[in-house]
Amino acid sequence: MSVLVYTESEGGSFKKVALELTSYAKGVANAMGGEVTAVSINGGNAADLGKYGADKVMEINDAALETFNAKNYAAALAQAAKSAGAKTVVVSSSANSKYLAPLLAVELGAAYAPNVVALPESTSPMKVKSTVYTNKAFAINELKTDVTVIGLAKNAYGLHENSGAAAASAFSVELAGDNGVEVTSVDKATDKVTIADAEVVVSGGRGLKGPENWNLIEDLADTLGAATACSKPVSDMGWRPHSEHVGQTGKPVASNLYIAIGISGAIQHLAGINSSKVKVVINTDPEAPFFKAADYGIVGDAFDVVPRLTEKLKQFKANNA
Amino acid sequence: MKILVCISHVPDTTSKINFTDNDTQFDTNGVQFVINPNDEFGLTRAMWFKEKQGATVHVANVGDASAEPTLRKALAIGADEAIRVDAPATDGYFVAKQLTKVAQDGGYDLIIAGRESIDYNGGMVPGMMAAMLGANFVNTCINLEVDGSNATAVREIDGGKESVKTSLPLVIGGQKGLVEESDLRIPNMRGIMMARKKPLHVVAADAAEAHAATAAFEKPAPKGAVTMVDPENLDQLIELLHNEAKVI
Ligand SMILES: Cc1cc2nc3c(=O)[nH]c(=O)nc-3n(C[C@H](O)[C@H](O)[C@H](O)COP(=O)(O)OP(=O)(O)OC[C@H]3O[C@@H](n4cnc5c(N)ncnc54)[C@H](O)[C@@H]3O)c2cc1C
Ligand SMILES: Nc1ncnc2c1ncn2[C@@H]1O[C@H](COP(=O)(O)O)[C@@H](O)[C@H]1O
Repeated sequence: MSVLVYTESEGGSFKKVALELTSYAKGVANAMGGEVTAVSINGGNAADLGKYGADKVMEINDAALETFNAKNYAAALAQAAKSAGAKTVVVSSSANSKYLAPLLAVELGAAYAPNVVALPESTSPMKVKSTVYTNKAFAINELKTDVTVIGLAKNAYGLHENSGAAAASAFSVELAGDNGVEVTSVDKATDKVTIADAEVVVSGGRGLKGPENWNLIEDLADTLGAATACSKPVSDMGWRPHSEHVGQTGKPVASNLYIAIGISGAIQHLAGINSSKVKVVINTDPEAPFFKAADYGIVGDAFDVVPRLTEKLKQFKANNA
Repeated sequence: MKILVCISHVPDTTSKINFTDNDTQFDTNGVQFVINPNDEFGLTRAMWFKEKQGATVHVANVGDASAEPTLRKALAIGADEAIRVDAPATDGYFVAKQLTKVAQDGGYDLIIAGRESIDYNGGMVPGMMAAMLGANFVNTCINLEVDGSNATAVREIDGGKESVKTSLPLVIGGQKGLVEESDLRIPNMRGIMMARKKPLHVVAADAAEAHAATAAFEKPAPKGAVTMVDPENLDQLIELLHNEAKVI
């Protein structure tokens, strides 16, 4: 019996989420009494996955999979799952994995549970806990099919070291020549930490008064190696690009640390960021609703507090380097 | 071009989420239901195709009769006909199966669904439909143009966006960007009057087994109180983030 895990990579090395997912797959395999088979598509060094519990690594190296295509990737993973006799396939919550997972589930005749936040409550029948209602509640889902696909929510499990043999072997797949959707151009900032991958996100709201003040946010973010984000009105007014808008109608954030500056904490904003682990709020108004959702709060003026905080963090980083 | 817009009927974003029957059912008491925001963007884009390219637009929902006001609202916005598959929507696979049947029976060229619904947040229905129909699929779609049987789309990816070329039949998982928020329409009196006369077909569900069932719901544990830090004592914040929260 095996748990198959799709380990995503970028530029030939595994992403951090691949290691987290392998750790999680190991937890599922322990509960089921099985082994972990990782599938890497034009990926990194198999030994890296062994550290987190992969017993086997199926390495798919195929020029046709050089750029992501949901249909081709789903087909490749389905073939790997069938070949490994996988009972459960674990995928992440990246945009690409969320794109391919429903296709993979149909191909395998498997139930698909997205946004899963913990190890299964039981594996026979498979019962998993996921977030629903924009993170305002959890559901315990009972999956009724023999084979299942689990989508792990962002940053839900963390890295757990294990030892696995990570015995690598090549696996070749058969792909349809025409995959129906062809990428014609990609527009992606490669020099910036993305909100999806960031461990720390620094976010600014209307309290910052105007785009000319965003150096406050950027300096703090640079100091922390963080991604920058903003509330919806900020992007609606064109102070910041739409790609930075977070919340229910924007991007979801599930970072370790979310620092909200000059954001009131409206329910639609919180819906998108409340799966972040630790929230720090800086706001002049002690009654701002965000303080109720925060772990640490500072009542103060961003223009006074943020530059001083950035300076202190720089010192802290220098001392702890 | 025949377009099907899949409309999920969801609690308004500000709703308080509660459960009844030993935490197994969603408590609809006092909850206002709306068209799923991602579907509203898709429906508005469909109206553009109708007005600019002469497309026919149907809307479909899998749900009980309580979803009919939401379908009527879509008709008032301008859809030509509505279809309700009469079955509770409890499982994404089951819903995708029903909508696939609707799509096959109606011979649609373009199926517009949302990236995810804000109730179950599954993001599974559009992809599953595409797989079941053998149609092309573009998820997190933020722009869509159709010319004959060719389509071009832009989709959001982590950290940016990409442009793609594809063809009909096509399923998209749409979101904000398909149209701007300022383009969303509020039904006017004329639209509401006309909607009353437009067909709303109720069809029986196709036999299909659910793949999943919700055994129970849980509310998150109440959050601990916030720790307030004096703005004059930022060292304390750094100390807490480092030693207590362990995030820096
Ligand atoms: C259907 C729907 C969907 C929505 N989706 C989203 C979404 O996805 N994301 C989102 O963010 N919003 C969303 N909204 C909007 C949301 O309701 C709020 O309007 C928005 O989040 C408020 O943004 P804000 O906190 O930046 O601004 P405001 O509410 O104006 O808050 C500004 C805050 O800054 C504080 N402040 C002022 N000056 C300073 C200073 N010098 N230093 C520190 N603090 C200061 C103020 O005390 C105030 O709390 C949605 C709304 C609707 C209806
Ligand atoms: N019960 C339903 N009836 C009609 N369309 C639905 C239903 N559930 C989901 N959809 C469509 O599928 C999209 C994604 O929903 P979900 O997979 O539930 O996150 C929604 O935005 C709708 O377009």
